[in-house]
Amino acid sequence: MTPSVRKSVTVEADQQRAFEVFTARHGTWWPSTYHIGTSDFQIAVIEPFAGGRWFERGVDGTEADWGKVLVWEPPERLVLAWQITPDFQFDPDLVTEIEVRFEPIGVNQTRVDLEHRHFDRFGTRADEMRAIFDSGGVPGAPQGWAGILREFAAVVIASER
Amino acid sequence: MASKVSTDALFDALGDGTRRAILEQLRGGPLPVVEITRRLPVGRPAVSQHLKVLKAVGLVTAQQDGTRRRYRIEPAGITAVRAWLDGLWDQALEAYKAAVESDNR
Repeated sequence: MTPSVRKSVTVEADQQRAFEVFTARHGTWWPSTYHIGTSDFQIAVIEPFAGGRWFERGVDGTEADWGKVLVWEPPERLVLAWQITPDFQFDPDLVTEIEVRFEPIGVNQTRVDLEHRHFDRFGTRADEMRAIFDSGGVPGAPQGWAGILREFAAVVIASER
Repeated sequence: MASKVSTDALFDALGDGTRRAILEQLRGGPLPVVEITRRLPVGRPAVSQHLKVLKAVGLVTAQQDGTRRRYRIEPAGITAVRAWLDGLWDQALEAYKAAVESDNR
């Protein structure tokens, strides 16, 4: 199994506020370069209930789905479905999970543990990924994406010689 | 920039000749540590250590096969996706922390 991505961050805030900023104020901190819509990024939204949508809205008002809320347990736990394929399309059949836990560790301190898991589910797209490597990137895709693919492809090719 | 940390880890993992030699051996299919060691001029503890590094960045995965573990190469596509998301979450959580703590003022 491909290992999960795990991250932890400790924030100076109580559990309630840590959860609230992560969800209700998601749009204020999400890095605006990471988005899939065709118009410029305006805001990202996590709807506050199980089954809610996780989506972005562009400056022209159009919306693009990223996934959905699988578990909504404020202020302790949140599980989101990330349903974006390697070629930056929303795919309702692809479900990778992001679990976020908020653990109080002091009077005004909360540790936030994030795990993004089930990368093997990207597996059926492996052939597409190969094609993307070969063509040197996805037209119109964010720079970081195309960039890492190119760099990665170069290293892999070099190591295979 | 966002993917810097994980890309560096990936490059570090691939920057070692022995690790590339291990990947080379695995291109033919999954192998147990014992078999990888037999094919290379390094000891088993060293091979295990290198496999650990390759596994940490997602270049190889281990599968339990009866009584022994075998290692296989992860498709490059999945590894790249994982590296990209690893960088995304680094950047996103840093911005999140800043947002939470700016509230305190």
